[in-house]
Amino acid sequence: MLIAVAAPVFGALGVALAHRIPNLREALSFVAAGVTLVCVLMLLPEVLNGGRPEIVLVELLPGAALAFRLEPLGMLFALVAAVLWPISTLYSIGYMRGNDESHQSRFFACFALSIAFTLGIAFSANLLTLFLFYEALTLITYPLVSHHQDDEARRGGRVYLSYLLGTSLTLMLVAVIATWMVAGTVEFTPGGILGSEVSNSSIGILLALFIFGTGKAAVMPFHRWLPAAMVAPTPVSALLHAVAVVKAGVFTVVKVIVYIFGVDRIAGLSSVDWLIFFAGFTIIAASVVALRADNLKRRLAYSTIGQLSYVVLAAAILAPLSMIGAALHIAAHAVGKITLFFAAGAIYTGAHKTKVSELDGIGHRMPFTMIAFTVGAISMIGLPPAVGFISKWYMLQGAVSTEQWNAVAVIAASTLLNAGYFLPIVYRAFFVNAPAGSAEHGEAPWSMVVALCITAALTILLFCFPDVPLALARQMMVV
Amino acid sequence: MILDHLPALQVVVPLLAAPLIVLLRSGRAGWFITTAVSWISFVISILLFIQVQQTGVISYALGSWPPPWGIEYRVDVLSAYVLVLVSGIASVVLPYARASILAEVPSDRHYLLYSMFALFLCGLLGIAITGDAFNVFVFLEVSSLSGYVLIALGRDKRALRASFQYLIMGTIGATLYVIGVGLLYLMTGTLNLADMAERIRAVEETRPVLVALAFITVGLSLKIALFPLHVWLPGAYTFAPSAVAAFMAGTATKVSVYVLLRFVFGVFGVRLVLPDLALLEMLIIFSAVAMVVASLVALFEKDLKRLLAYSSVAQIGYITLGLGIANADGLTASVAHLFNHGVTKAALFMLVGGIVLRLGTSRMDALAGLSRRMPVTCIGVALAGLSLVGAPGTAGFITKWHLVLAALQEGQWWIVVVIAASSLLAAAYVWRFVEIAYLRQPPAGAVTKEEAPLQLLVPAWVLVAACIYFGLDTSFSLGGARDAAAFLLGGVR
Repeated sequence: MLIAVAAPVFGALGVALAHRIPNLREALSFVAAGVTLVCVLMLLPEVLNGGRPEIVLVELLPGAALAFRLEPLGMLFALVAAVLWPISTLYSIGYMRGNDESHQSRFFACFALSIAFTLGIAFSANLLTLFLFYEALTLITYPLVSHHQDDEARRGGRVYLSYLLGTSLTLMLVAVIATWMVAGTVEFTPGGILGSEVSNSSIGILLALFIFGTGKAAVMPFHRWLPAAMVAPTPVSALLHAVAVVKAGVFTVVKVIVYIFGVDRIAGLSSVDWLIFFAGFTIIAASVVALRADNLKRRLAYSTIGQLSYVVLAAAILAPLSMIGAALHIAAHAVGKITLFFAAGAIYTGAHKTKVSELDGIGHRMPFTMIAFTVGAISMIGLPPAVGFISKWYMLQGAVSTEQWNAVAVIAASTLLNAGYFLPIVYRAFFVNAPAGSAEHGEAPWSMVVALCITAALTILLFCFPDVPLALARQMMVV
Repeated sequence: MILDHLPALQVVVPLLAAPLIVLLRSGRAGWFITTAVSWISFVISILLFIQVQQTGVISYALGSWPPPWGIEYRVDVLSAYVLVLVSGIASVVLPYARASILAEVPSDRHYLLYSMFALFLCGLLGIAITGDAFNVFVFLEVSSLSGYVLIALGRDKRALRASFQYLIMGTIGATLYVIGVGLLYLMTGTLNLADMAERIRAVEETRPVLVALAFITVGLSLKIALFPLHVWLPGAYTFAPSAVAAFMAGTATKVSVYVLLRFVFGVFGVRLVLPDLALLEMLIIFSAVAMVVASLVALFEKDLKRLLAYSSVAQIGYITLGLGIANADGLTASVAHLFNHGVTKAALFMLVGGIVLRLGTSRMDALAGLSRRMPVTCIGVALAGLSLVGAPGTAGFITKWHLVLAALQEGQWWIVVVIAASSLLAAAYVWRFVEIAYLRQPPAGAVTKEEAPLQLLVPAWVLVAACIYFGLDTSFSLGGARDAAAFLLGGVR
């Protein structure tokens, strides 16, 4: 487990040292990614068998150590990050070289470190460890977001930092310390750690501090950093803002609800009802904005905001089935959205287009890219045969079983909206003819196309074989 | 045998070094001696710390005159902790000082500077170790007078003005303090702090005792640079030679906080201070204002050194805030922050010293694109800056954690808000540096790469590493602070 976190760190060091020899540098990135993936995969059988491997790194505060303990939800998240890292490395190499980006060494080093911190979040045994890696992830991704170093990147980076640090340094830290004070511990424990003496209203306040303190989950009104962060190069947007950073946010939310509050402890409390409304509002509002966005990445960003709140909504329903849906959706959305981002980056590299309105007929020139895009879009909408269908199915089941018709309505309405902003892109790409006289171009570099085909295939494969994530998600609910 | 005399040696060694350096009249020898002395002091302080952990309070009768008649040197957990901090920072700053001072101070004054440095060190250590109220005043003056000289040695004419300003304010502070001590002597008939704590109970409700408390608190607040008595600090830190600024920022105000802790909790006791005097409430309010206002000023400061100086004023607010909350976690935060902030700020001033050496200035607009010219320095500033912000994994986080915890225990939500606001502002001013250094284009014709010399970088990075180390392994910084807090509160009951 330690190796899994250490490998990317050493990878980053190697990348920094080998900055003069690009081929060696990229090879090192792959080696680190490979080692990480193998380590995480080796941990999988143990966790599936009910094992909870544990490492205490250092006693930070009396009673709260920096420690790792792997449980099913963390395993799922680690798995997602570890599987998608090598693929996006492959993709990034094509993108960075294809677009002649500067500072590639810094890029790959920060990239590797952000994976290390993501795994740290996934493995964390208590809130303190999680908080530490959460902040570290924010800081290390900042250079990636403002990679271009121009005014726009600076502005984007500033918004990014101020939202993420602003929420976590104020609300989340207080939430962690308040938890420590009322519960006397911050360990993640199945069933939660809040005793019966904690009053209804303090639970409500604590939950609010956690939800809004986790700025990475992008629950409105703390969502603006995500579109701002789209100034980053597309591989960053893909891995970080479809996988690592945003998933770290919703992962934190689910983890806190399951292992700090305890689903049974807070189910049915009047002080936690509001969360469904906030999440539902975020889903609908973000989808409406996405509908009107012409910039492709911006549309994807708002779609991400909406999809993240699916996870929050599913967690807020507080039914076992919907919690499983929430956990599954972390994985499902990750593979789907990364495909979409990859496709957006490929379109930019191959055709230098960033707007939805310019995509007429592009499906004929970049067939692989656009087919993958279509698969991703189907997953986002939640239709078979893509994995998004499965997670949405569980969410709906959970909502129906607890008779939360508001949530059902939100999910149904947003499905329509999702279709409304994704299908026109597909339609334009394949069924509208390209305007006469437009420049000829083919597919993006092969490494990008391969990467996005792999993730698209994963989206379908996970639909057919959802056993592993499903088993992990089910185990999470076993107290 | 010699181990029994460690408390005396702690002060006497640097005290003897000072005239020796003047006699030798050589900058190089002066540097060598001061460095050796600071290392010896560091070793002594560590030995004392261990000894205190094992055997409890060490009482040393100077000249074998038994207390309370003679001067008693009294080493307990708290003073040993402060001794380690002061001598530790001195022994990191001095190896740094050689190169930095060669560049900043005319060579004929070097021996004076080192002599004053030794004296300054002696004064600070003396304050921490002595158990006698008047002796505190003596050492306070020793450190202050040498401190004025050290600041005046800065290369800029404005250093003289800053030094003079500090002289005036510092003297007022010391005078107020000594008046307070005089009143206490009048009422209790003793100068020994431990003895005074006993005898004050009989007269604790009388007016002179309360007035003495007021004099001492305000006098020390001047030396602490507690907002709004901080006006001397930015000038002093900005114009002093870099090595001096680093050492002062890390230690001088901290030692004054130590004296305040001693008086408020050791002599007067919370029992006396708490009811209807509202002293602690006042401390909390002034600290809160310092944390927000000084951070805001820092945010708009045009000079990196001044920015750091105002940040110090804000961070001192953290320390006095913990003192004002006055529960176990608050005091732990307060004492731990003496150490954590001392290390952090010394690291920052040392790094900035390197920048000044290369650029000749620390104005913010001159720093554009600095990361390309001095990458190692810039990373150091960013990392130590994170400790100022209180990001997890750094020393500053440990303090903030306890401070928030202390405020929550008292149910003071508004303090939590202030702490959060202050750390956000800290993030903003640290990020201002990062943006300028990393994301701006360097001016045309700038030197491509010119790192600070290793003599500056290595000591500075030792402290930067300490910022991270003490954010992860808290057994010394937090363990010591916890013991000290328990000791302070235990002394009351």
